[in-house]
Amino acid sequence: MKNTNSRRAAPAILLGLTLAALASTASAANLVISNWDGYMAPDAMEAFKAATGNTGEVVKHATNEEIMGKLIASGGKGYDVVFVSSPFAEVLNKMGLAETIDASKIPNLANLYPEATKLAYDPGNTFSVPYTWGTTGLCYRSDLLKAEPTSWNDLLKPSDDVKGKTTMLATDRWLLAAGQLADGFSVNETDPAKMEQVKNTLIDAKKTLLAYDDTTFYSKLVSGEAVLVQAWDGWCNYGIGENADIKYVIPKEGSDLWLDTMVVLKASENKDAAFEFINFMLDAKNHAWAAENILYKVPNKAAMDSLPAELSTTYPNMAMPVDELTKYEVLRDVGEAQREYSRIVSEIKAAQ
Amino acid sequence: MTTSRPTLLMMPALAWLIGLMVVPCGLVLALAFFQRGIYGGVDYTFTLENFAKVVDPLYAGIFLNSARIAGTATLIAVVIGYAAAYAIASCRRSLQPVLLFFAVLPFWSNYLIRTYAWIVLLNREGLVTQMLRWFGYTGEPPSMLYTEGAVIAGLVYNYLPFVILACYAPLSRLNPELAEASRDLGGSAFTTFRRIILPLTMPGIAAGAVFVFVLSIGNFVTPALLGGGRFQMIGNLVYDQFLTANDWPFGAALAAALIAIMMLLLLVQGYASDRASTRSAPVREDA
Repeated sequence: MKNTNSRRAAPAILLGLTLAALASTASAANLVISNWDGYMAPDAMEAFKAATGNTGEVVKHATNEEIMGKLIASGGKGYDVVFVSSPFAEVLNKMGLAETIDASKIPNLANLYPEATKLAYDPGNTFSVPYTWGTTGLCYRSDLLKAEPTSWNDLLKPSDDVKGKTTMLATDRWLLAAGQLADGFSVNETDPAKMEQVKNTLIDAKKTLLAYDDTTFYSKLVSGEAVLVQAWDGWCNYGIGENADIKYVIPKEGSDLWLDTMVVLKASENKDAAFEFINFMLDAKNHAWAAENILYKVPNKAAMDSLPAELSTTYPNMAMPVDELTKYEVLRDVGEAQREYSRIVSEIKAAQ
Repeated sequence: MTTSRPTLLMMPALAWLIGLMVVPCGLVLALAFFQRGIYGGVDYTFTLENFAKVVDPLYAGIFLNSARIAGTATLIAVVIGYAAAYAIASCRRSLQPVLLFFAVLPFWSNYLIRTYAWIVLLNREGLVTQMLRWFGYTGEPPSMLYTEGAVIAGLVYNYLPFVILACYAPLSRLNPELAEASRDLGGSAFTTFRRIILPLTMPGIAAGAVFVFVLSIGNFVTPALLGGGRFQMIGNLVYDQFLTANDWPFGAALAAALIAIMMLLLLVQGYASDRASTRSAPVREDA
């Protein structure tokens, strides 16, 4: 949080707001895009303006839930394009907040892998366009573990020398997915008896954890505080970049297939420009930026083909074949069952 | 129209209180009586379900656990803080402001940074472990971070200055002749402390303790950072309802319950210190 001398800063802020208001009325198609911090090239909007003449500003959200809260409260007004994970894109569609994707205005959709256009959460990309995709597995220090992990149970029921040196993701769907996969269920399982079993598995696992960690697990691996963590493949790459002994594996029980997508809002007044923006992001060069800089796989064949070969030598999971990736189950919106998911996660986190 | 000067002077503070305290708390309370929409948001149908959920054993348990953690932190902070305030008040008058300055100095840096500093200290490869190794320790590094102890340490550290300041005020105003009189009458140092000094400084202790407890029980940053998400306090639960579960009405009901607990404690403390100040004549007949 910034600490400014508010009394002196106030006139400056007012002046700034006035100028900003004047500036925004000056151009017609000024897009408002909400994205995670650092999830697109810092100069993307300048390049977008040079390419299409449209301007846009990028506002940031820290989590899916944060932007969903805002969109639901405003009925989607105030934003043109938002970046959200696939289950949340589904919710926006079910709530009638997502605009139908007009494929004729997005020629670069042709760059997508055919597999990426047939995924269960949105076959045919009717309301969303995938931006990044990947798996959730185990990220570990190969030099500090006696044996390579092969199963989710290596994380959930760790051997004595690993106990207290593991972390799990705190975000509900991925926390639950680890238990669901270990117990042999779908990552979208909602049957109460099965979820009770998953809950108990995860409460037992909690007793052996160092911490729940969504953001710094890879640095805990680098420092050696943790030796085995649940991780998104792209984030494991950040650890691999700092220490080549860090490795990533998908356990034998499988993974979820997660997708972060771009959704145009029905309430947008600049839909043509919004589609132009998506088309711009799907350009092979622009989309490759995400793969090269945030080390996430992108569902864009042209972009992936353009990547330097060294990238997949350093980060082997970047080279994961698309057919292997898409055999995993996509996280879906579970509707009413989400409340039960929330409660189970509260129970796990409150368990002593 | 004539408005008296006191009323006029009250206006800004009153506007502040109503606009930024009464109205938001009222909105929180109102929100707690509605239903959650399937996908988050608020469905404006009246219900008492959210309050029923607050007393559900799962959530009531989290309340009790938070109270236990906050209570432990309060107890430790009061013991350390009172001793420090006593020591400061016993120093030369000219030295006291300097010592108080050092006591509140940590407040000049950001709460998050101060809490992160504890991560640097306590983590398995942190400063404490390195120091131990430097002294010849070769065993497995101790697990200190992400424990309940780390959460309590963080709370005590961050709120200790409140206790020191609250206890220093009555201690420094204490008439030294009272203690002298007690000793002249044959009271031992301990009796003098227990029967003269402690009762007269009780309002300060109560104020400091309530501050620490109220700030600790609603805290969510410290358990998240130093507890590694393994210790759910009520503040984290409220945070989760608003920012991850998108169940605003239930989050509002939890927040309203928390505010009610805090207000009750502040009322009790206010009443106690009121009673103490009306009775704090130099000689207490019932002592």
